[in-house]
Amino acid sequence: MNDGLSTIEQQITSDYKYGFTSDLEADQAPKGLNEDIIRFISGKKNEPEWMLEWRLKAYRHWLKMEVPEWANIKYPAIDFQDIIYYSAPKQTKKLNSLDEIDPELRRTFEKLGISLDEQKRLSGVAVDAVIDSVSVATTFREQLGELGIIFCSMSEAIQEHPELVKKYIGSVVPMTDNFYSALNSAVFTDGSFCYIPKGVRCPMELSTYFRINAQNTGQFERTLIVAEEGSYVSYLEGCTAPMRDENQLHAAVVELIAMDHAEIKYSTVQNWYPGDKEGKGGIYNFVTKRGICAGVHSKISWTQVETGSAVTWKYPSCILKGDHSVGEFYSVAVTNHHQQADTGTKMIHLGKNTRSRIVSKGISAGVSHNSYRGLVSVAKNATNARNFSQCDSLLLGDRCGAHTFPYIEVKNNTAQVEHEATTSKIGEDQIFYCNQRGIDTETAVALIVNGFAKEVMNQLPMEFAVEAQKLLAITLEGSVG
Amino acid sequence: MSTITTIKDKAQQLGAATQDALQPVRAAALAAFNQLGVPAVKHEEWKYTRISQLFNQPYQLGVDHTNTDAAWQAFRLPEYETANELVFINGVYNAAASTVRSAGLIVLPLEEAAKGEYAQVVNKNLGHSGKYMKDGINALNASFLVGAVFIGVNRSTEIEHPVYIYNITDGRAGNVFAQPRTLVHVAANAGVVLVETYGSIGVADHFTNQVMEVVVEQDARVEYYKIQNDSNRSSLVSTTHFRQVGKSYVHAVTISLNGVMVRNNLNMVMEAEHCDSNMFGLYFTSDSCHVDNHTIVDNAKPHCLSNEYYKGILDGSSTGVFNGKIFVQQDAQKINAFQSNKNILLSDSANVYTKPQLEIFADDVKCSHGCTVGRLDEEGLFYLRSRGVTEASAKSLLLHAFAVDILDQIRHDALRAYVDQLISERLGA
Repeated sequence: MNDGLSTIEQQITSDYKYGFTSDLEADQAPKGLNEDIIRFISGKKNEPEWMLEWRLKAYRHWLKMEVPEWANIKYPAIDFQDIIYYSAPKQTKKLNSLDEIDPELRRTFEKLGISLDEQKRLSGVAVDAVIDSVSVATTFREQLGELGIIFCSMSEAIQEHPELVKKYIGSVVPMTDNFYSALNSAVFTDGSFCYIPKGVRCPMELSTYFRINAQNTGQFERTLIVAEEGSYVSYLEGCTAPMRDENQLHAAVVELIAMDHAEIKYSTVQNWYPGDKEGKGGIYNFVTKRGICAGVHSKISWTQVETGSAVTWKYPSCILKGDHSVGEFYSVAVTNHHQQADTGTKMIHLGKNTRSRIVSKGISAGVSHNSYRGLVSVAKNATNARNFSQCDSLLLGDRCGAHTFPYIEVKNNTAQVEHEATTSKIGEDQIFYCNQRGIDTETAVALIVNGFAKEVMNQLPMEFAVEAQKLLAITLEGSVG
Repeated sequence: MSTITTIKDKAQQLGAATQDALQPVRAAALAAFNQLGVPAVKHEEWKYTRISQLFNQPYQLGVDHTNTDAAWQAFRLPEYETANELVFINGVYNAAASTVRSAGLIVLPLEEAAKGEYAQVVNKNLGHSGKYMKDGINALNASFLVGAVFIGVNRSTEIEHPVYIYNITDGRAGNVFAQPRTLVHVAANAGVVLVETYGSIGVADHFTNQVMEVVVEQDARVEYYKIQNDSNRSSLVSTTHFRQVGKSYVHAVTISLNGVMVRNNLNMVMEAEHCDSNMFGLYFTSDSCHVDNHTIVDNAKPHCLSNEYYKGILDGSSTGVFNGKIFVQQDAQKINAFQSNKNILLSDSANVYTKPQLEIFADDVKCSHGCTVGRLDEEGLFYLRSRGVTEASAKSLLLHAFAVDILDQIRHDALRAYVDQLISERLGA
């Protein structure tokens, strides 16, 4: 038993593989935040007047807000004036093909294992690569264009499809929603925009790759996905960041809108720099993700694998407004060393016959803290709502913590809500069972951890499942591939 | 003058007038209350229960409690003839109405216990609940330590008959605000059965803020039953705080059937290895009754076991709140802690807010929690109806079956029959 655990410990103490810095020339704004910086960002992006006004409104509201302190996380106060709010890799000309991408940048992606051209050729994934806030390459655009699908960076969308952006931005996550969403609304620099027209089934997985690169830049992404009636889209978001000593702030906002009979599947693999073994450095990941099932029979599914970040504060939520709509949340959160994660979901049942399912798996090791915080709310008129939640925690090591804070609010007697949670370590009987059958302890532990997370891993699209498995292997699983 | 100011003034006067061993506790508590105030819904522990409106009306404070008639006797529990009966009228212990029958059961005014043989016990344990209840309400009780009682059970003594504790509010002279306080000490290898109940006389608004602290020593056994079936004008905040300082056993059952607002805080602090505790609860509410059960299990030492099972039936526009917290401290290995909360909603306008919560800092533990919210099983109803059982009886049968898990935990026969009767009456109506 002890041998098995120490093997895990060896694995989890392994160094962050993705810690390197690309030498890209960056075009930066000065440090700090004020209305001029917002005007600078907006000006840089050549944005229309309404967008600037919207940003300024958000900024003025943000000034009146206080840093939220309710989450079960501890971190030093952030100096919001000590952050660079705009940083773009310098580009001299517009790119027409991937070959024109800065070779340095290409190498960065290759080290991460997502070579753009390889993905393009082999897996048919359209990648909207985002390095330090500005989208530098968008592939498969033409192919998608033929179907009427718009998949571009947020800045392009503001230029080319202002009517869509204006209509939907802030409609799910209002700029006043919370401290970090207000901040994001004021200073967001880029992100992805995706629009699937009526009746279109997006033929490929849409993917974006976020990376925080230049030192001291906060990354403020804004993603907006609109799925019109009867459409389907699967969207992947991957995040890795190079090793840094100073804490970096990431405050993204993701909004999903699903109309009648539409389905959106949103998958995330997040492996930002978690800080070193002493808890120095690492990313602060304060993200607001929310989707609305606006139409009947619509469906939104969130899947996340969270292995990185020093502090994670993230609750991908579903507002089930349309009758018969479905919300799903699948999550694996792994924390190690001094990492802290307070993550979960909100399922707001408003429409009739709505269903939701929550599966959350937390794994804590080292001296980390892993919290599940979730809300299932059934409103008065949400007849026949159905929810099932399961949150399991696995503890590896006697100095870590696993916490569960499920909130269940039911105001309708036709609702059926179930919640169950367990916390345990790997049972000695389970190890014994494996040993008996000739499986050595190390493999047995790996097997059990793998099995623990399987239910969520199975929800990931193929392209991501491989990467997620790799990440879990690096953080925890040892020899298991 | 607002009610809160009046209460604070009263506490201040009381402190000035009474110079006894408890005065430092009162003063500290008043300071804490001044700082904390009455919890608003922003307070995480009071998110679903509003209490501030209870302080929007005047109450009579400091009325004479010595002269009472037999009105309280209407609330007597079964087999009271043989039981020990301790009566609190408007928050103050009434020795004349009380009877101590069992040998080995010590009942003393708290201020007396604080200077005699039990000084150390009182000193160490009085106010221990304040460490867990940082919300002003607990401090408010402690700032009014008047007519509080110390209950002691001597070493290796088994108290033969149950100890009935009646918390009576007499509102015939106007609105009442009562704050009974008890400290129970169960010495090593002793055993006792404690039963608490509540009653309101008169038609005024009654508000009781009660605290009971129980210290359980090595090898001691405590059975504790709380039965609430108060009037439609009674509000109650009732805190029961167990501190298991030695390997011991506690079995607690909380039954809440009526009241305007009922808030039960049940804490189980396990400070020794091999502690064992059960916490069961049933709330069966109708009309606009609001029942809130907050429980804390704090495992500070290894090898402890706790079982928690709460069930709720909610009718009318009533509200049920459940918040169960299980803490497992660092190095408290080999803990088994189980928690479950199940609710049935009988009407369109009943609400349930449940939050089963785990905070775990040790790895070699087995902890689980679960909760469900739903309505009566349609298939079960159909099964019974198809066999000629009327809808009303079928419902009553199913609900009784739902409640029986908890009722079975009442190990005192007469009491069990009494609660059964209360439930049957409710189901029959």
